[in-house]
Amino acid sequence: MPNINEQLQSIVDNNDVVLFMKGTPDFPQCGFSHQATQILRFIEVDFKGVNCLETDELRQGIKSFSNWPTIPQVYLKGEFVGGADILRELFQSGELFATLTEKGIPFKAPAGAQA
Amino acid sequence: MPMPAAEIESLIKQGIPDAKIEMRALADDGDHWAATVVSKEFAGKSKLQQHQLVYKALGSHMGGALHALQLQTFAPK
Repeated sequence: MPNINEQLQSIVDNNDVVLFMKGTPDFPQCGFSHQATQILRFIEVDFKGVNCLETDELRQGIKSFSNWPTIPQVYLKGEFVGGADILRELFQSGELFATLTEKGIPFKAPAGAQA
Repeated sequence: MPMPAAEIESLIKQGIPDAKIEMRALADDGDHWAATVVSKEFAGKSKLQQHQLVYKALGSHMGGALHALQLQTFAPK
């Protein structure tokens, strides 16, 4: 069994967009995880939701893996982007679309957004 | 254990002395806060780095006693 850091590394290496969250995309269990899910679904980006409430190892492990104290956490192509507040700000400013485009991750830009 | 706004503010101030902080309650349980932090230290830094500075100031409280803090950071215009 690989250790938790190896498991996390493999998840972010093998999925273009990963949302480490509390709950699942269909049943988020905190407001911040809900908000992050909504943004990713709104732009129709294909993402993997990882429920960090499943094990304590995962819940603690992701915090030290990213050196970030809270969940949710978003990764794009292996790169840590931040939590729900950062995702929302990047979404609102249009920076998120530029980053997704730059990384070659397919998404649907809302009408009027600057890609 | 809820954390009062004044305590959150004072921790941020210790880490980022020039910070201008606005706290807003997201719920009336004393446990869900929104903070807007403006500091010269944020200039030229990404949002990720800006939030990291605030989290560093909050230390182990963040994600512990303080579990719901909505954060917005800006460099002064």
